[in-house]
Amino acid sequence: MLDISAVLEKIKASPYKELTITSPHTGVLTLPEGLAPGTQLHGPMGTWKEKPGSLLATLDRERNEKNIHCPEKGEVVWLNTELQGSFVEAGVELVRYRHFLSKEEVLEQILKQALHLYLAPERAKYYFVPAVDIKIKVSGPKAVSVRDGEEIFIMSRMKREAPLRYSGPEGVIYAVYFNHNQNVDTGQALIGVCPPDLITQVEDVVTRVQMEWKERE
Amino acid sequence: METEKKIQHLSERLTYIRDIFGSTQKESLSLLESKMADVRQQEGHLSPEKRRKLVQDLEDLFVFVENKLETSLTAMDKVRIVRHPQRICLRDILENVYDNYTEIGSMDEHSIDPSMVIARAYISRRRGKKTVNQSIMVIGQEKGHGEEFRNGGSVKPWGNAKALHYMKVAETENIPVHTYVFTPGSYPIEDTPGAAQQIAANLYEMSSLQVPVVAIFSEGGSGGAEAIGLADKRLMLSHGYYSVISPEGAAAIEGRLRTGQRAGQELVEACAMRMHITAQDNLRMGYIDRIVQEPSLGARPHHYDFFRTLRQQVLRATDEVVLGIRGNGLYRTIALKSRERRAKSGIDFEKTYVSWSLSSNAKVRLINKRHAKFRALSRNAAPDSTPLWERMQTRWQEFTAEMVSHIRYHMLHKHQQKLSEIAGEIESEWRLFFERLVNPVRNVIAKVLGSGEQVNADTARQLTELSEWNDTQEQRGGNWAWVSRRAKEDRAVTCPNATVHGCLDIWAPDLFGEFAGVCPNCGHHFPMEHQWYLHNVFDKNSLYEFDAHMEAGNPLSMPGMDEKLAEAKRKTGMKSACMTFEAQINDVKMVVAMLTGAFRGGTVGAAEGEKFIRAAERAKRKRYPFLAYVHGTAGIRIQEGTNGVIQMPRCTMAVRRYIDAGGLYMVTYDTNSYAGPVASFLGCSPYQFGIRSANVGFAGPGVITETTGVQVPPHYHNVYKALERGHIQGIWDRREMRFNLHQALMTMGGRNLYYR
Repeated sequence: MLDISAVLEKIKASPYKELTITSPHTGVLTLPEGLAPGTQLHGPMGTWKEKPGSLLATLDRERNEKNIHCPEKGEVVWLNTELQGSFVEAGVELVRYRHFLSKEEVLEQILKQALHLYLAPERAKYYFVPAVDIKIKVSGPKAVSVRDGEEIFIMSRMKREAPLRYSGPEGVIYAVYFNHNQNVDTGQALIGVCPPDLITQVEDVVTRVQMEWKERE
Repeated sequence: METEKKIQHLSERLTYIRDIFGSTQKESLSLLESKMADVRQQEGHLSPEKRRKLVQDLEDLFVFVENKLETSLTAMDKVRIVRHPQRICLRDILENVYDNYTEIGSMDEHSIDPSMVIARAYISRRRGKKTVNQSIMVIGQEKGHGEEFRNGGSVKPWGNAKALHYMKVAETENIPVHTYVFTPGSYPIEDTPGAAQQIAANLYEMSSLQVPVVAIFSEGGSGGAEAIGLADKRLMLSHGYYSVISPEGAAAIEGRLRTGQRAGQELVEACAMRMHITAQDNLRMGYIDRIVQEPSLGARPHHYDFFRTLRQQVLRATDEVVLGIRGNGLYRTIALKSRERRAKSGIDFEKTYVSWSLSSNAKVRLINKRHAKFRALSRNAAPDSTPLWERMQTRWQEFTAEMVSHIRYHMLHKHQQKLSEIAGEIESEWRLFFERLVNPVRNVIAKVLGSGEQVNADTARQLTELSEWNDTQEQRGGNWAWVSRRAKEDRAVTCPNATVHGCLDIWAPDLFGEFAGVCPNCGHHFPMEHQWYLHNVFDKNSLYEFDAHMEAGNPLSMPGMDEKLAEAKRKTGMKSACMTFEAQINDVKMVVAMLTGAFRGGTVGAAEGEKFIRAAERAKRKRYPFLAYVHGTAGIRIQEGTNGVIQMPRCTMAVRRYIDAGGLYMVTYDTNSYAGPVASFLGCSPYQFGIRSANVGFAGPGVITETTGVQVPPHYHNVYKALERGHIQGIWDRREMRFNLHQALMTMGGRNLYYR
């Protein structure tokens, strides 16, 4: 059985992920001035993420300068300053940065391990069958337990409706990830199912994360 | 009670003066403030009579100071007057100028667009002992004394669409239209119908609206003003402004400020003055017909005398339009002259009745006169250095072309068409008769001998085998008559879509040479010089440029503009942003007007407008299709002020004349095309196509965010979005422009050489 508390402790021990940016191709490397270990980085910004993240390096190949930007928020850990101004091969490590996990990311990691996600088989609108729907509306999703082969969804596409059977381990619907009247893309999670004996633990950990997790800049 | 009201009123006047003059005119302001404070202090202790006297003195002082300040008004002061919430607005005019009215399609904020107000109104006039109510369609922007939902009179595209709808209703009902321009500019939004495209539609329709249109300008902000400002008589309130851009906007451009930065007050004042935006300036330049005098420091709702004057002026203007096109010349002249005399002597127009309904002949004359009026505007704003003998030669060529066209298309073609129609009818009759006669015999022979149909070997191969590209088609990808200079650079270029589509870096000689600036992986179009199109789209050596001597000028003598123009001329080797020429595609002749982004951003001023009009007239004269190839245009050239903005109606009217005469007008956008030109003579074309590199819209993303506070997503203006919104009719690959253009000419023009 999965020990959720141990998962949380593990995350707490190293509350970040470390990522390395490598050169996508050959070229002459220029590291921007002011970039040093400890420098704070930001990811793409703007309503549509249209503004690129912090500049990490510039590669010049055949008089074509290409900027490499940071894909997410973080802090520089290491810079390959030795290669500053020199020609580098593709795949050479340039910058290593540390991205501190946010509350949402921690919860996502835990739930990914604890829940069974049932994915949308195709792009369509999804509804619960009336019996399940009423139960969810009255007592919440956790009141509904599902087992393999049970008909719980209606898949509606282009005004044609088809019943959909759940497949996966038996359990309680812990989370519902779709809304009525909205299209769900293929492969997106519809529900997260939790084994009944894990529910209390999961809830406990979620509350602890919500209360205790301190986000670092 | 009465004195209290008066004091309250004077206090509002004081606030108004303070708002208008701000930091200037401190002496006058402090004088009024101290006197006002004195009166407030004293009035409680005085008898009613003394109180009245005191307030009367204060009122006189206000009048004196206002008259004094009136003489020192600057252009920017007038802008502040026009924008002030106490300024008269359209609903005040409806209440006070017209005898009765019904607002159509709006009730305060409950409207498709509360900034556009439409009303059916009437004015009562005397005909002998009878009273006649003359109906009018009143259309105008409503600022609503600062009501937030009115959006300051900034009309959304659907507001302009509503205005156009009711202009057409007025046309059906044969009643005149009075438009009141109270707008700082149109609301820059691309949602269907689109700001630019709707203004273009309005201009196109208004140019031939078959009822008298009288426009009264108070705040004439660029495209928003043009959307309802194309009129037979254009009056302007004496404290109004009419400009291509707000003084702040002009200052931001002049000062090369970035989005969000504010220009200094001095620069804004200077720009307001240099752009010649006042009523007096516009009258001098000929863009308005008459000024309606306002009281000192501008009209406010309590100026009832002003409304009386305005009523007289709109009546006079409408009468003049109608009398000016009446069939009987003698009567018209006498009537007009007597009207003018009466106007000078202050005689009441209401007591002399003039019917405003028009006969069908009068409607034709009305439209012709309107077109002639706008055609004559801004002619002196662009220098034309064409030598005299060349001008004479051009005139002669124009004359002969007109004659040839007349003989070929009007005289011969008419009879030829009739004869060919008759011949066609006879042939069809004969064919049917012959088939019926021969078929039984043919069937018998077929039965006896079996089917004798032999399929040609070539046809069989075409029908059964896959087709192959021939050499010419293959070479079309790499054999260009002109390649960009960038193809000589030894460097690699990254496609902007590399992260999304995984495009590899492209070597510049490949990209700009063989690939014609198109990414071979994702098809992204890198911007290309206009020369590429000149050499690769049209037949070799088929270009013949005309009106080349006409050059962009500096009609408002803007400081530094001469140098900027000289620099643009030196860099591009062109005299203006518009190049007009005749060209051929597969021997199909056409007239082309090209707006070039390299010359001052492809902005349109008086020279460009005049060249465009002449090109349209040439195409009409020669019965050629007319193509507007827009390599790039940033809008109207703001340094030319109203001389630039007037090109919007002028060019649209030229296009309308051309289309009405049966011509095929097509527009092709490349790189970036924005603002005035798109909102007029480009956007009105029924056939607009975009090269894949194009962005088409009314205002750029920065301006949209600045004016509306709304951030627009990336690629908001690209051609795919424009096509989705219905603003353009198709998207072309640059490499296939020649083929597509020819195809379009053949399919849309029809067999009568693109002329109905």
